[in-house]
Amino acid sequence: MTARFDGRNGRWVGASVPRREDPRLLTGRGRFVDDIRLPGMLHAAFVRSTVAHGKLAGIDLSATLAVDGVVAAYTAEDLGLGDIVALLDRPPEEFSPTAMPILAREKVRFTGEPVALVVARDPYSAEDGVEAAVVDYEPLGAIVSEESALAAGAPLVHDEAPGNVLVDVSMFDTPGVDAAFEAARAGGGRVVEVVTKSGRQNALPLETRGVVASWDDHDDQLLVQMCTQVPHQVRTAMARSLRVPERTVRVTVPDMGGGFGQKCVVGREEIAVAAAARRLNRPVKWIEDRREALTAGFLAREQRYRTLAAFDEDGRITALDVDVVCDMGAYSCYPFTAGIEPLMASAEMPSVYQVPEYRVRARAIASNKAPTAPYRGVSRPQYVMAIERVMERAARELGLDPVEIRRRNVITQFPYTGVNAITYDPGTYRESLELAEAAIQDEGWYEIRERAAAEGRHIGIGYCCFSERTGYGSGAFAKRKMAVVPGFDISEIRMDTTGSVVVTSGTMNHGQSHETTLAQIVADRLGLHLDQVKLRQGDTERIAYGWGTFASRSVTIGGSAVSLAAGKLGELLCKIAAHLLETSPDNVRLDGDGGVVQIDDPERRASFEEIADVAYLRSHLLPKDVEPTLTATASFDVPGDGTFSNATHAVVVEADPGTGRIKILRYACVEDCGVVIHPQVVDGQCRGGIAQGIAGALFEEITYAGNGEPSAASFIDYLVPTATEIPDITVTHLETPCAFTENGAKGAGEGGTIGAPAAVLNAINDALRHTGVELDVTPVHPQTVLAALDAGVHKEMSVPS
Amino acid sequence: MSDRHLIDLTVNGETHEVLVEPRKTLLDVLRHDLGLTGTHVGCEHGVCGACTVLVDGEPVRACLMFAVQAEAAEIRTVESLSRDGELSDLQRSFSEHHGLQCGFCTPGFLMLAEGFLAQRPDAGREEIREAVSANLCRCTGYQTIVDAIEATATRRCHAKEKEATA
Repeated sequence: MTARFDGRNGRWVGASVPRREDPRLLTGRGRFVDDIRLPGMLHAAFVRSTVAHGKLAGIDLSATLAVDGVVAAYTAEDLGLGDIVALLDRPPEEFSPTAMPILAREKVRFTGEPVALVVARDPYSAEDGVEAAVVDYEPLGAIVSEESALAAGAPLVHDEAPGNVLVDVSMFDTPGVDAAFEAARAGGGRVVEVVTKSGRQNALPLETRGVVASWDDHDDQLLVQMCTQVPHQVRTAMARSLRVPERTVRVTVPDMGGGFGQKCVVGREEIAVAAAARRLNRPVKWIEDRREALTAGFLAREQRYRTLAAFDEDGRITALDVDVVCDMGAYSCYPFTAGIEPLMASAEMPSVYQVPEYRVRARAIASNKAPTAPYRGVSRPQYVMAIERVMERAARELGLDPVEIRRRNVITQFPYTGVNAITYDPGTYRESLELAEAAIQDEGWYEIRERAAAEGRHIGIGYCCFSERTGYGSGAFAKRKMAVVPGFDISEIRMDTTGSVVVTSGTMNHGQSHETTLAQIVADRLGLHLDQVKLRQGDTERIAYGWGTFASRSVTIGGSAVSLAAGKLGELLCKIAAHLLETSPDNVRLDGDGGVVQIDDPERRASFEEIADVAYLRSHLLPKDVEPTLTATASFDVPGDGTFSNATHAVVVEADPGTGRIKILRYACVEDCGVVIHPQVVDGQCRGGIAQGIAGALFEEITYAGNGEPSAASFIDYLVPTATEIPDITVTHLETPCAFTENGAKGAGEGGTIGAPAAVLNAINDALRHTGVELDVTPVHPQTVLAALDAGVHKEMSVPS
Repeated sequence: MSDRHLIDLTVNGETHEVLVEPRKTLLDVLRHDLGLTGTHVGCEHGVCGACTVLVDGEPVRACLMFAVQAEAAEIRTVESLSRDGELSDLQRSFSEHHGLQCGFCTPGFLMLAEGFLAQRPDAGREEIREAVSANLCRCTGYQTIVDAIEATATRRCHAKEKEATA
């Protein structure tokens, strides 16, 4: 047990130290948004559209205002707020800018869209007020599918977006694409075509969205306490919508019950509530209920890929020609825009394979469904599924083993610059594949599979190889031409008179253990005990600007910024110590035990406490050119194209031909996220991600009826997997230290989610290999399996609604 | 809805007088009237289990029970688990096994496990997994939650055996 507390090789980094977050969360003393209660606080609820697409002919809130306990009710006109507009710096033929009003104006664009805001003394009365509202809609034709969106003469979701196309980019079209396909057709190679689709999912943090907004006369500020992964971006958007200086808005984030990307965009409800709090000069709270979260929360993942791939006779891929359509729903999200999914897919589709020629067109279309936001993995679960299905199909047609075809195509020489102009940093693409295969082989799963087949049972083995860009610096985002470019992070570190430090970070913990992992990095850098390091984040007043937590950026970028800040403070401590010890700064070093030691005479030492005492309480003893403050600030941005973690997932499933049920028998993940800061945390990120990936592969989906009514408004209809559906998962770590980050880490938040859908789908197809069935659509519901087995032919299956 | 009832609620061994509308859930009364915010709201329709508390020793969804129904019962919430600032063996086990990430579902899982282990102290891993499937977690993939509860069950059984042989 002691080893856990001492770190690895005397270091905190690499050790699964007890989490600093745990005691409060385990005792019910965590503070989430709904736990906040302010004197005089009122409660908000939203009147939401009951139609998917329609003109707002009239809103009558008189009965609402008569409800006992209701204090106020507002329409868009009453609040008069500025719209949220997310922009790409792209020409009109590639991008149509659209606006999201804070409350619907003139028309509604999806079922559940907020139309009016009711404020009452308690949440029960607020809901009574919502029920009393009378809204008159004139229904318009609803766009609920790719086909209906792109049909000639289709109703427009936004007048500004002709043909319902929000983004249409053809990023790559290398000169040799057509020749490669011709050669494959003419020679002994193959051309395979695969159409893959994935269902619309909800990231579904267990804590729904929420906000408590209050005006503080003392600070001349609106205090917005809410759960968001990106407090600074919320402040920026909110100040613009309210048309006030940013300094008058302070966003703070307490404990957060998950986000998974859904909370890394700016929602309209929080801005409406803030506006109401300002008008009423009373604190106002809004907590999204589960029905709202399912029907009107940001969604993701509904994508279709048509992938044509050319292979030579040895099974080496020679060209890819891809058409992607992403159904983004009714609105473009701030700050990422509706380009988030198509641009990710376009840039990164070649994945871990050496693809010489590449053509891609990717579109984002608007529909009358809840809007989409990034969700853990963003497009990578989908394009990885597309290319992994291509590999499997080609292997079948060329008579190759599925692992062997991957072995022949994965990138093995680093740094590797792909046809997509991305330079990948070194990883273990080949090694992770070999290790994953060995795990399955050594445990005898191939023999089990064959024995089962002889008994008429359907057991299958599936693999998925992928890499994931983790450190998206501003360079990578600038290539996307976002008008708001994320990327860097800032950290400040301050030592007090007792030698303890407080570190700030622009990242935002919502389950990833930042309070522990970022503190481990600082403790090592300065030679402090973990107990002497406190992380603070989630407060726009403490940090000039920050980009929050998404895209696995916290340890890579945030962790590098805290490391650099700690390094700067270390230099300052050394400088003061040298002065106190009457030696040169070159002759001292941090001693790894909370002090600075003289190199040529290790008996001479100054503890941090002694140095801090001088810095603050006896500053006349400081060197002349040192200011009396022990603080340091640093920023960090990832150079080049970013960092890439990689993994191979291997899964064994059994398909029950009687019920259609898919049971996962074995799940192995071999991953490389560079230097592992906290093994337990990385394992947890992998397993949690895999659980969400399995959810997408087998269970979760929000479909829409023809009139735009969503199928899932409760957990009765939206099937979140439980402990009996998610298997135990082994995680094996490879460590290729990253040269681009300060700590060698690459980031680990999204990988599980990326690899699982393809691995599970491949395993299902392997299980059904003797039946002639091939499935390329997720989720694979039991009825899908049964229908496919009934049909018993090789064809694309669509999910029955 | 001006109809209100004055009720006595016994929570974590302490009795409280609360004036409530009959439609107010036990969950809302615990959180908002008594300030016991450890019990969380996840779905309000009895599926996710974030609001699980013990009512007369049984794990119960506090969102599906009206406060007026709980009047004569003994209620225990997550706030009752640790004593004198020391985490209970179950809480320590969750931390040791990384059985929580964001921590939002954690109080519900702790109370579910506390109630379950009281009834089935010698439960095996698969039984624990079945029991745990009553609640939803979105972060961990459940494995470490099952690990934490299994380890607690094993430790408690060993402690009992030791007691018996001593």
